Amino acid sequence: MTATATRQPVRRHGTRKFRLTPTMSVYIALVVLLVAGSVLVGMRGGVLLDHGGILNILTRGTVLGLVAIGQTMVILTGSLDLSVAYLIGLCSLIAAETMAGDPGMIVPAVLLTIGFAAVVGLVNGLVITALKVNAFIATLGVALIIRGYLENTYTGPAGSVPRGFQHLGYDRIGPIPVSTVVMLVLAVIVWWYLTRTKGGYHVYAVGGDEEVARLSGIRTGRTIVTMHVLCSVMAGLAALFLVSRLGSGAPYVGTDAGYDLESIAAVVLGGTLLSGGRGGVAGTIGGVLILATLDTIFDDLGVTPFLKDVVRGAVLIVAVALYARSQLARRAR
Amino acid sequence: MAPIVRMSGISKQFLGVTVLKDVDLDLHGGEVHALVGENGAGKSTLMKVLAGAHRPDTGSIVLNGQEVSFASPRDAQRAGIAIVHQELTLLPDRSVAENVHLGREPVRRGQVDRRRMEADTADLLDRLGEHGIAPRTQVRRLPVAQQQVVEIVKALSMDARVIAMDEPTAALADHEVELLYDLVDRLRSSGIAVLYVSHRMREVFDLSQRITVLKDGTLVTSTRTNQITQDQVVRAMVGRPLDTMFPDRAKTRGTVRLAVRGGGNSRLHDISLELSAGEIVGLAGLQGAGRSAVARALCGVDPLTTGEFEVDGQPVRVRSPRAAIRHGIAHVTEDRKGEGLALRQSVHDNTMLVRNAAFGRRRIDVERLLRSVRLVSRGTDQEVRYLSGGNQQKVVLAKWLAVNPKVLVADEPTRGIDVGAKKTVYELLRELADSGVAILMISSELPELIGMSDRILVMHDGRLAGELPAGSSEEAVMSLATGGQA
Repeated sequence: MTATATRQPVRRHGTRKFRLTPTMSVYIALVVLLVAGSVLVGMRGGVLLDHGGILNILTRGTVLGLVAIGQTMVILTGSLDLSVAYLIGLCSLIAAETMAGDPGMIVPAVLLTIGFAAVVGLVNGLVITALKVNAFIATLGVALIIRGYLENTYTGPAGSVPRGFQHLGYDRIGPIPVSTVVMLVLAVIVWWYLTRTKGGYHVYAVGGDEEVARLSGIRTGRTIVTMHVLCSVMAGLAALFLVSRLGSGAPYVGTDAGYDLESIAAVVLGGTLLSGGRGGVAGTIGGVLILATLDTIFDDLGVTPFLKDVVRGAVLIVAVALYARSQLARRAR
Repeated sequence: MAPIVRMSGISKQFLGVTVLKDVDLDLHGGEVHALVGENGAGKSTLMKVLAGAHRPDTGSIVLNGQEVSFASPRDAQRAGIAIVHQELTLLPDRSVAENVHLGREPVRRGQVDRRRMEADTADLLDRLGEHGIAPRTQVRRLPVAQQQVVEIVKALSMDARVIAMDEPTAALADHEVELLYDLVDRLRSSGIAVLYVSHRMREVFDLSQRITVLKDGTLVTSTRTNQITQDQVVRAMVGRPLDTMFPDRAKTRGTVRLAVRGGGNSRLHDISLELSAGEIVGLAGLQGAGRSAVARALCGVDPLTTGEFEVDGQPVRVRSPRAAIRHGIAHVTEDRKGEGLALRQSVHDNTMLVRNAAFGRRRIDVERLLRSVRLVSRGTDQEVRYLSGGNQQKVVLAKWLAVNPKVLVADEPTRGIDVGAKKTVYELLRELADSGVAILMISSELPELIGMSDRILVMHDGRLAGELPAGSSEEAVMSLATGGQA
C-alpha cells in the first residue's frame, strides 16, 4: 500500500498539464466579443452593456439556451434533433389554447405541454433506435409532420395566456430575467447529470462509440431515447417561456427564430463534437451567449440583416475549423 | 484438475452454413490455451459462443461444474468470462479509469464515485506491474500497447476467471509484444484461464501450454504445445508445411526503377536507396524507426523535403499521393481498413478506385484482374467489408495492379490475414516482381521479411542503418535495428 501511496503523486503529475479546453476558449471568445462590441458600440456613442443591453442579451439567450441544452444532450449521444422548432410552435399553441386566459388552467396546461413534448421526443428516439432511421431523417420527418398539422390547422396566433403566467416571461431580479435564472439552473442540473452521474457517463460512451458502449453492457437505445425525450421537454419549456412573453401561441414562433439550426449552431460553437462523445453544456451556454451578444451588437450598430447572417455564418465556420485544427494537433501529438 | 470451462459438442450454423461442428474445448485455470486456424475456420465464432455473443445450436458450456447458457455478453461477463477484442473497444476521449469501469461505474450518493474508480484502476494496474499508466490519462494519449493493457485491465476489473484474447498482437510492435507476453504470463500464473487466438505461430508456441487447431469448423487436433511442432500445426491448419510458404527468390536484378539520394523530412534523415525491377527489398526496423515514414515519403503521403528522387532514371517531384501514383508508385498501406479500402463500397469500385481517380474512366477487365489476385468473393458487387482480411488485401493489390505500377511499396501486407491468404500474397508479390515491378516490403514479422526479401534494408532512428543480403539471420537484422553493427 505504501508503494501505491508514493507512486500516486507521480502518476498525477505528468498528466495534469494545463490545456486550453474548447469550453475555456468559448468563454475567452465571449469576453473578447463583449470588449470589442463595447468599443464598437461606444464609438457610435452607445453603451453595449447597460441595463437594456444586458437584458437584451439574456432575453435572447434564454429561449435559445433552453433549446440548446436539450440539443447538447442528443448531440452528445451522436444523434441530433431537427424537430425542435416546429415542436416549439405546436407547444406554444397547446399551452395558450389550454390556458385560454383562465389562471386555473395554468398548471394543467404546463403539464399537458411538457407531456406532449415528451411524447414527441419519445417518438423521435424510438424511430432512431428501434426503426434504425438516421437521426437527421427521423427528426426531419417528425418536423415535417408537425409542420403539416400546423399549416392545416392554424392561420395565425391562437389562444391566450392569463396575466399571472406572463410573470414568468417578464419578471426580473435586477437586470436578470427570472426565466434566465431558470434556464441557468437547468443548465447546471444537466451539467451535473452529464459529468457526474452514471447516466451521463453512458451518454458520452454512446456518442463516443455506440458499439463499444453496447459491448460494455450499456443500454445504448435507452440512453438515446432518454436524451431525445429530455431534448423535446426542453423545447417544450422554451415554448412556455415564449408563450408567456407573447401572450398567445403562434404556429411559427419556433421556426421564425430558426431554433432548430440555431440551437445546433450554438452547441457546435460551444465546442461539442457534432458526431457526439465530446463537449458539454458549459460550452453550449457560452455558444448561446456569443450568438445572443452578436445579435445585440448588430442591433446597436444598426447592421443590415444580411450582413448579420454573413458574420454569424463566418463565426460558426471559423470556430469549428479552429476546433478541427486543435484536434489534428492532438492526434499528431 | 477440473477445467474452469468445458465446452462440448458445440455446433453453430448461420443461414444454413455450418460454421462450427461438434467442437470441444477445455480451459484450465493457470493455462494459456491457443486457438489457431485460418480465417473462416470458426475461431471467432467459438470465442463468441464462449462470450455469450452467439448462442450455440447444440452442445453445452459447463462453467465451474455448472451448465450455463448466456443470453448476452453481459451475462457472460457477470459469470467471469471476458473478451479482449482484436479491435480495441475503448473510448479514446475518456480516461483510463472511465474506460475500465465503462457500464459498471461505482456510484456513491447518486454520483459516479470517481475516486474509487481511479483507485480500483490503479490497484489493477499495479497488480499487472503497469505502473506507467495513470488512471486519469485520456486513452488517446497512450500508445497502442498500453491501450491493450487497459483493455486487459477492463477484463480483470470484471473479476474475470477466463479471458479470451482475439489476435492481441495484431496492432502491436515487436517490443510491445514482449510486454504482452509478460502480461499474459502474469495472468496465467494468477490462475486465470487464457484463451489465445492468434495467427502468429511464434506467439502461440512461446505462450501456450495447449493448442487447439480448427479447420472448416471442425476440431483437427488438440494437444499439449510441447507435443507438437510448428510445421505440424501449420499443416493441420492448411495442409502444407511452413518452409514452402515463400516463393523462390529473384533470379536476376533489372534496371533501377526508383532511386532516392539524401532524402529527408521531419522524420527521416539522409535516406538513400535504390529499388530495381524484379527484386523485393525488405525494410526492417523497430516500431518508430521510420519504416512506415519511408513508405509514406516514397508514396507522397508525408513527402520528402530534401534530396533527389528519380523514377526510371528521370528526376521527379513526389509531393502528394496523386503525384506518386502518376509516376507509377503504388502504396499498400499498413492500415488496410482505414486507408486501403472504401469498406462500404463494392469489390469492383474499390478495384477501380485509383485508376478512375488518377487516369480517368477507361474500362478494364476487372474480372480478369480479380482472378489474377485469386479473389474469393460473392461477385464484384459485394461490399468489401464483408470479405475476409486476406481477400480484402487481395482487393487492395488488384486496385494497384489496375494502374500497372512501376514500384510497389507494401507496408505490412500480411497483417491480420490467415496463413493461406499470406501465401497467396507472397506469391502475388513475387509474380509482380518477376513482371518487372520493383517492390519495397515492410514487415514486423522477421521470418516473413527474411523469407521474402532479395536484400534487406534496416532502419534505426529515422536513418538507414545498413543493408543485409538475402537469407540473413534474425539476429543480424535485430543487431542493426537496435543500433549495433552488422
